[in-house]
This record gives sequence, C-alpha cells and structure tokens, in this order.
Amino acid sequence: MLPGVIYKGRQQSEHVNGEATVTDMRYEAPETLDAAVGLLSSESGVAKVFAGGTDVMVQIHLDMIEPDLIVDVKNIAEMREVVEEDGAWRFGAAVTGKELMDHAGFNAAWPGVMDGVRLIGSVQVRGRATVGGNLCNASPAADSVPPMIAADAVASVIGPDGRREIPMADIVTGPGQTSLKDGEIVVSFQLPKRPPHSGDAYLRFTPRTEMDIAVVGCGVNLTVDPDGTCTAARVALGAVAARPLLVEDAARALIGTKLDDDAMAALAAAASAACSPIDDKRGTIEYRTEVAGVLAQRAASIALERAKS
Amino acid sequence: MAKQYVNTTINGDTHELLCDPTQTLLDVLRDQLDMTGTKEGCGTGDCGACSVTMDGVLVCSCLVMGVEANGKSIETIEGMADGDELHPLQRKFIDHVALQCGICTPGLLVASKALLEENPDPTEEEIRYWLAGNLCRCTGYHKVIEAVQDAAREMRGA
Amino acid sequence: MGRAPSPFATKIPYEEKNLKIIGSNPTARGDAVDKVTGRARYAADIKLPGQLIGRVLRSPHARANILSIDTSEAEALPGVKAVVCRDDFPDMEVEHAASGELMVNFRDVTRNMMARENVLYDGHPVAAVAATSDAIARKALKLIKVEYEVLPHVIDVRDAMKPDAPILHEDQFTKGVDPKPEKPSNIAARMESKLGDTVKGFAEADIIIEREFNTKPVHQGYIEPQASIANYTEGGIAEVWTGTQGHFVFRAQIAKLLKMDLSKVKVIPTELGGGFGGKNNVYLEPLAVVLSKKSNRPVKMVMDRDEVFRATGPTSGTNVKVKMGCTKDGRITAAEAELNYQSGAYAGSSLPLATITVFTRYDLENVSVVGHDVTTNRPKVAAYRAPGAPMVAFGVETVVDEMARECGMDPIDFRLKNAAKEGTQTHFGPKLGPIGYIQTLERAKAHPHMKEKLGPNQGRGVATGFWFTLGAETSATVNIGEDGTATLIFGTVDVTGGSRSAFAMIVAEELGIPFEKVRTMSGDTSALGFNFMTAGSRGTAAGSMAAVTASRKAIARMCEIAARKWEVEPDQVVWEDGRARPAGANVGDFEPMTVAELAKEASWFGGTIAGHAEINVAQGGPGFGTHVVDVEVDRRTGAVKILRYTLIQDAGKAVYPEFIEGQFQGGAVQGIGTALNEEYIYNDKGVLENPGFLDYRVPVASDVPFINTEIVEVPNPDHPYGIRGIGEVPIIPPLPAIANAIHDAVGIRLRDHPMSPPKVLKALKDQMIEDAAAQGTAAE
Repeated sequence: MLPGVIYKGRQQSEHVNGEATVTDMRYEAPETLDAAVGLLSSESGVAKVFAGGTDVMVQIHLDMIEPDLIVDVKNIAEMREVVEEDGAWRFGAAVTGKELMDHAGFNAAWPGVMDGVRLIGSVQVRGRATVGGNLCNASPAADSVPPMIAADAVASVIGPDGRREIPMADIVTGPGQTSLKDGEIVVSFQLPKRPPHSGDAYLRFTPRTEMDIAVVGCGVNLTVDPDGTCTAARVALGAVAARPLLVEDAARALIGTKLDDDAMAALAAAASAACSPIDDKRGTIEYRTEVAGVLAQRAASIALERAKS
Repeated sequence: MAKQYVNTTINGDTHELLCDPTQTLLDVLRDQLDMTGTKEGCGTGDCGACSVTMDGVLVCSCLVMGVEANGKSIETIEGMADGDELHPLQRKFIDHVALQCGICTPGLLVASKALLEENPDPTEEEIRYWLAGNLCRCTGYHKVIEAVQDAAREMRGA
Repeated sequence: MGRAPSPFATKIPYEEKNLKIIGSNPTARGDAVDKVTGRARYAADIKLPGQLIGRVLRSPHARANILSIDTSEAEALPGVKAVVCRDDFPDMEVEHAASGELMVNFRDVTRNMMARENVLYDGHPVAAVAATSDAIARKALKLIKVEYEVLPHVIDVRDAMKPDAPILHEDQFTKGVDPKPEKPSNIAARMESKLGDTVKGFAEADIIIEREFNTKPVHQGYIEPQASIANYTEGGIAEVWTGTQGHFVFRAQIAKLLKMDLSKVKVIPTELGGGFGGKNNVYLEPLAVVLSKKSNRPVKMVMDRDEVFRATGPTSGTNVKVKMGCTKDGRITAAEAELNYQSGAYAGSSLPLATITVFTRYDLENVSVVGHDVTTNRPKVAAYRAPGAPMVAFGVETVVDEMARECGMDPIDFRLKNAAKEGTQTHFGPKLGPIGYIQTLERAKAHPHMKEKLGPNQGRGVATGFWFTLGAETSATVNIGEDGTATLIFGTVDVTGGSRSAFAMIVAEELGIPFEKVRTMSGDTSALGFNFMTAGSRGTAAGSMAAVTASRKAIARMCEIAARKWEVEPDQVVWEDGRARPAGANVGDFEPMTVAELAKEASWFGGTIAGHAEINVAQGGPGFGTHVVDVEVDRRTGAVKILRYTLIQDAGKAVYPEFIEGQFQGGAVQGIGTALNEEYIYNDKGVLENPGFLDYRVPVASDVPFINTEIVEVPNPDHPYGIRGIGEVPIIPPLPAIANAIHDAVGIRLRDHPMSPPKVLKALKDQMIEDAAAQGTAAE
C-alpha cells in the first residue's frame, strides 16, 4: 500500500482482521482549493470542512453530526498563510490560533482580534483551532468573531460558482447557520490597513477564568485623531443574540467624543439595547443585557489606550 | 475497506498502521498501540487528560483524527523519561506530591513540558493560565504549580 | 449513618513515642513513578485477549413506563455478541446494606443499574450490548427499540414534597411518621434528632435568626470515568477488574445482584482515578459480568463523560431551614434545622450524615433537627466527600456569622465562645473525645492571613467544618521475606495514592526496619478478609490500624521463633529496633536477631512469618477545620475572585504531612467549585443540560490561588499513632466561608447555591434598590 493514498471500498460490516467495521465516514486531504470544492459539491451525503477539528470532533463524539465525508483543508497553502501587504493583513482560514499568537507582526497590528483568538478554549485547543472554524461553526458566542467584525474583516470565499467576498458580519446568520452556499469554503480573511492612532480590544464574560463559552463578548475597534477625539468606531457583540452583531448605535455613541463619561454611558445603553439574548445554561437575558454594556465600556477603554499608545 | 495507511513517528519510533477515519488519535494510541499513558477524561477537549504534542504543538489527542498523524511526529507521556532517567518535571511532581490519584498527571506533565519549552521562566499566573486546559480534581493545583516552578528553576539554572 | 458501629470494635490506644519514620515525607512513593511515566494501570487501560466492548442504552426521559423492549435488530447486527436488559437480571427484594457512608437497598440497586418497570431519570440504563468494537456497540444501541409511556416528572426537592407532585414510587410511604400515612409520597423517610428543649432555648435568646437555603446537586467530578472489565470463565467464576473504592463491598453486591456465590466472584481493584465517594456504587460491573457470561468472552465497559454525569451519583439538591438563637453576649441558646434532601430516583440520601454534622462544632444544650429524604427524577445520589455536610454548613455557618455580627463579635471569637470540645454532648448520641476544634480557631485567628489588608469590594469570611472517621471491617496481612523485607497486603483501596506510603511508613516504624524495605500491595478479594469501602475518611486511619495489628502479630511470631531458638518463654523475648532481644540480662546472653535472620530460620522453628489482621475498627477520631477566605467582587458583573485562602485542620498525628496538605488543598478547591459555579442544570423536560466539563464548571488552575494550610495535631486516643481521618473536612467550609466573605465585601447575603455571577449581580441590584428605598423613606 502506498502512503497517503486512500483505498476506498465497501462501507458496511466489512471484516478486517476478524473485526467488523461499520464506518461510513471517509477522509480526504486535498491539496488545492479546486479539489476541495470538487469534493464538497460532488458529495451526496453530509460533508464537513475540517481544519482544527475542535468543533467537528466534539460534535461527532456527542453524536450531533454523522458526516459521510471529511475534507481536511490543512494541506491547501493559501489557507495557511499569514501575509502583510502594505499595512493590510490577510491570513488563511486554516491558520491555527497558536500560529497567529506566535506571529509578532499580526499581534502588533490587531491586538483586539488576538484578544479573541487567545480566549478560544485552552492552549491545547488553540494548537488546532482556526478563525475559519470558529466563524463557520457559527456559534453566536464565538470569541474571534466580534473583534473580526469590529475590525471590518472581509472573508474570501470559494465555491462551485467561483470566488466572492463577504463582510465578516454577514456570514453567521443564526446558531449553527451561515450564509455560505453548498460547496463553499472560507479561504482567508482580509483586514484593512488601519489609520494611525487606531486600537482594538475584545473582552468576554465567563464564570470561570478560562475554558468557558462566552456569556457575553464585545469587540471594539476605534480610531482617534491626535487630540484624542474618536473619528471612527465599530462595536460588535457576541452571545447576546442569535448571531454576532455589529452595533452601529454603539459606534455612534463614541464617534466625535473623547470617550468621556456621557459617551460611555451612551455606549453601554446602546450595547444593552442591541441585545436580544436567550435564557440558557450559560446566562440569563437580564444578565447578558446588563453585562453587554459593562464589557462594551471596558473594551472601549482598552481600545482607546491602544489607539493612543 | 475504509481504513487508511498511516505512517507516523511516536516518541521517536516509526509506526505503520491502518486507521479508520472514525478513530481519534487518542483511540489509536490507546487501543491500537496499547500506549495507555494518555488518558480519556471527557472525549471533548475539556479536560486535557489526553494531551500530547504533535509536531511540537500541544494538542488534545481526542480532537485529532488518527489519520492526521500520517507524516507527523507525536510525543506522549511515555516518551518523557529518558530510559530510567525521569524528566525534571516528573521528578519534581513526585518530590512536591503534585499528584494523588494520578489520572490527570500524564496530561499535566505533557502540557507543563510544552510550557517550559516555550517559556522557561513563567510567572505563577502564566503557569496557571497555560494549565487551565488540564483539569485536576485531587490536588487543587497548588502543588502542581509549585512543582512546575521548581522544575523550571532547575532546568534554567542547572 | 450507615450501620450501627459494633460494640466489639477495635481501638488501639495512642502511644506517644519517638518516631523515626512516620511524619517524614518519603519521596519513594510506591505509586508515583508509574503514575508520572504513564505506566500505572487504571481500569480503562486494561485489555484482555478476545475482549468485547460493552455499551449501555439509556433512557432519554426523566420519567416513563417501559412498555416494551425489542432487541432483535441489535442482536442481528454482525459483530454483536450479547444483548441484555431487565430479563437478564433477577428481581431483588427489599434488603439494606452499607455501601460506604450511605446505605443501599438491593431492590433499588438492581433497578438503578438496569431499569425494570420504569425509568426514573435521564440516563437510566435500559439495555446493554457487547460487540467486537466500540463503533458496532454504539450502532447496536441505536437498533434497540424501546417503547416508553412518558410521565410527568419532578426535579426540585421542594416540588417533590408538595402533595400534588408526581409520585415516583406507588409503594413508598414515608417512614418515621406515626401513624403510617395512607397515601404514597416522594418523602421516603422523616428523621428527627433532639437534645434538650429548643422552645425554652429560644425563649432565652436575645437574638433569633431564621433563614432558608437552597442548593443544587454537584458531582464529584473525578477525571476517570467508570470502567470495568468482566471475565466470566467457563467454570462459572466472575473476575472483575474495576475502578472502585471498595472491592469487597462490590463483590458482595455483584454476588447478591446476580445470585452468585461470593466465592465465585473475584474483584480486583484497579488504580483509581479519583472517587470521592462516587465510586462506592456498582454501575457497570454486573452488566459486564452478565454480558461476559452471555457472550463467552471478556467484556470491557467504559463510560463516556456524559454518562458519568447523567447516570452515576451526584449529591443531593437540598432545601435547608436554619433557626438559631443566642444571647446578646454571644452564647447560643437554641438551634433548629429542617433538612430536605433529595435522594434521586431511589431513597437513601446523605440525610442521616447531614443530621450528625449540622451543629456539631458547637456545645449546645437545645437542639432539634428534622429531616426528609425525598425521591426525585434524577440519578440516585452517591456520596461526595463529606456527603450532606457542605449544604448544612452553608446554612449554619452563615447564620452563625450573622449572629456574631449582631452581637458585635468577631466571627472566630463567637465560635470560640460556643466551641465544641472534649466532653461536649452531641445531639445524636455520643460525647466528643479530645478534639482540635478550638486549636484550629485560635491558629486561624493568629494566622498572618488575618493581617492582610482588604481593599474596596474585598471581604473576608470564616467558616468551620466537622466530620467523623469511619472505622469498619479492615483486613491486612504482613508477610516477612527471608531477606528481611516486609510486604503489606492491604485491602482498603488507596484512593489518593498516599495511603500505601503511609502504611509502609507505619509497618517500617513498627518493625524497626527502613522504609525502603517495606513493599505494599493491594490485595484483591481472594487475598484477604473483608474490607469495607474506603469512605468516611477511613483509608489511612482504619487501614493503618490493620497494618499495625498485622505488624504486631508478625512481631509476636518472630519473638516466638526467637524464643524457640533460645529455648526460653515467648514473654521473655522483646522486639526493639528491628530485632528480637532477650527481655532482660537474666534471660540469657543471646545475640539479638534481625528480621532476615529470623525469617531464614523460621521454617525450622515452626513455620513462616506472617501477621494477619481481621478487625472491625472503631469509629471515631472526628476532625475539625477552620477556613479563612478573602474574595473580591466585581460589582458590575458579579464575578467573585478568590484572593487568598487559608485552612487549618486537626489531622491527629500527621503521618505523611505533605500528602495531608495536598488533601486539604484538593478538598478546599472542590469546595470553591461547589460554592461558585458547579451545579446540575435541568431543562423543563427533566433532561440534564450540562453533562460535560464545558458547562459543568469545575475550577481550573487559573481560578484559584495557592491554598495555605496548617495541620493541628491532637492525637486520636483510639489509634496507636493518633491518626484521624482527614479527607472530608476540607470540602465543608468553603461554601459558607465564601458566602460570608461576599457579605463582608459588598454586603449581600446569598442563600441560593451556587453563588454564580448572575445571582451575585442580581443580589447587588436588589440591594441598591432597597438602599435607595430606605434612603427615600429616611429622607421623608
């Protein structure tokens, strides 16, 4: 048998070495985007794009999904690159959290995005998890998504009909749902070149210090002019609605101000007003709504510190 | 058959295996290779008892597919000691009574080793946050942190 | 608790002596190297040739009648070698036995391990299969067709006690009520315990405080899921390797449940990956045995993590009412408590134990405790480290804190004024012997922790705890080898890893030989006399009594050998410093003989050298602890951060001090987890929503600081080395100590467990509203 070549055969109740196998699941690791798209679109059963596996493997273990085909995208070069082009950054959807954390340049440019990435799971999980997976798993509580929305990131997507760009905020449409069409894969994320005096931050609330899913998450990205007045802002919330939210009212509360007490109060009010959370095992409606405002203020303060330094 | 050929290096030894895509790396280690030092505590990446390193990166083996080990280099608890000579972390865990029932110990040791390779002089807070992915129910973490601090000192100073 | 202690129980009086080995901290632990290299074998690590994998089908409903079970499609799946359900297990009559600190009823045990008429909780086993692979076993479960008639369920203990609650057992009439009730009830039993006259006591009080508390169930959270391998041989012997805290008790239960002779069941305890009381009950073992019998192959069964949460034994959820009265100078005059404890699907919670511990830190004249054991649609509860105690401590220790403040007294001084001590009469029977409670309070007061300054939104809380030490049947054997080494075969399970080293130290001390010359081995059920469960903090305390007894018998044997060799009377030979010597110069001028020399000659002089102990150790040696915790509360999110933690506990004489500290720290952190974030969350269908470590939130390393510990040593007078049990006390005070600290920090009293951020925040907001209203009225 040759290494790396997948031998396909009958699926059910095959006997090998005296042991019966009942697996229906196949594994492919294509090396090009076209091959990956081809595999996904020609699969009649359930196909899953597989990068870090930190959501897919859990869902298989808990019997929530039964994929027929796993398409491992980690051998596709474009999905694994981190590239700076003239101050603007692009990183592949299958770059791991650890790889991003180890990238000094990206960390310096987007500390708020990295606040989110740093909070995904544990060190072990971050050794595998990817922003692409964090996004496409489409949990409203995903930690990397609010700061990426705040950063105005754009996803580059490939599918059977070719390439297209989708703003980060438009990808998750509901819990476990995305706007991606059948056969589409998020390839990379593009973050814009930032004006000087810009800073971003992400904070989340969890009952423990680590390892929890966010009860509330807030990403703030802002720019100030040399005298400290906010000239641009984006505020995004996670875990307080069916999908991560870009809250334009919250941004408006900051723009034109120096983030004084009145502006901060308006920020918190706008953040809380944007929430339409649920009561679940992780938090109540009342709690999430209240804490969304608190985190928005705290994240804005950090972003401001970073913008000024 | 749906099984795939996997050629992988574990603790420096080469293994050629046939793996089903439904097997996790943890399943392969424990059930196929009889390397039971790596433990299953939850199967969902929440407890860290299954920690190994893969190409030098600390991961939960319950979240890695067995077939992904092809062409990779895996390090488990069984590779930590050098023959009869225990790794300083292993020695310090014993010296400091940083283990009681011991079920979480392999995962903690693999994770601590990965920490000290990346950061040879961690603060108490850095150790605690790095090890947040490894649950322990017996020790309250106190003596674990002391053991890691002591091992780090020895590995730096010695 | 459990069974009545035997009047013939063994006590060996404490002897103060110069210790050479005990109290040192040996690094050559018997278990440690295997554990740090991954070679230690836990149950799931064992593989038998030809083994099948077994899995359990579990009810998705909280309560339902089982109308039919059709296993035919599962049986037909290639690779499936056996399927079992209720038809494969005999029914059991009502019969009670002790299993650790709780009692079991075999009629219920068989139903808990395999449902018969109905299912009573989400996760209740309904069938099991054994197949050639895990994947096939899982597929087979999906092919089993069970017809359920879903019925209304009840989860909360207060709801279950209401007259219109769905009744789990039509044949359950509340025991302890006279006359016997006519209607069945979820209240399985009512208990009462009284001392003196509380009506009079309250009349004498200047201050009376009455409060109600509610706690959710928590789980032991051991990192090793249950795992068992059974091999039913063609000769009709069942060999079972399993993770258990008591292999002899498990053997007895397996034999009973499967109607087999005891002698045909052998249980081998594997290295245990955490128990804390949760591995005092059989779950998989009988299923694995029957699957093995049916399939003629060994069967290995390992639980998934969600099965552990859904279908092993969490603690009781409780409703506790506490009423206490004191004079204005701080003397408690009366104490009452009503304890409503849910036991899960079948009766038998930790209520009797809670009743014992509720007020036992205080010297009281007038006490009344009433309790109810209540069945609800959750898994049958199991013991969890001081079962029942944290919940009542939550009530009593916070009410004591309130009373202290009302009196203007420091919370430690208030406790000192009322402290239990030697001679204190408890309300449940015995008088307390020498204890270290006051010492722990005084050391806490003097501890440097008390001098640390507290900043804004920071507060300090104190709470104390009490637990007894179980005795019970304990057997051990000391074998002396011809090379002068000794082997101790012990029959308790070394649940923490440290007991075996403590035993080795004790045997070495008794025999007078180096620690390194003593080897300890766990004996399976065929190797020793009966050993009760390792529970009730008895592992080292009782196990060491048997080790001492066995050592002294071996010594007596060695003296006998020397006497025969020297042709003197046995009482003319003494044992000193590892040698047999003539008792005096008048006996004769004989060279002292070492263990090795005696062992070499033993066979000529009558046989080999061994010492056996088969004793029932007296219960006793209660332990007391005082905890101090500093917290910081984030007023805007309700997050509580533990800044500093100190605990001081009476361990009797400390055999292995570093290990004892480790136990203190581990128990305290479990208590912190209980206090802040751990709870069982059920949805409105009675299904458990958080059966995993993601949403069942045990503390991680970054959640807790270093835990300062101090050991107080008041020797247990009934133990030769003064040892007390220590494992359970540490988990009791954290919940109330943190509650008291939160009050000290931000002025709110939380009585609803866990004290998670949403509850803290809500309480802060309610307080703000109250304060504003009060100011409003004040201004008028």
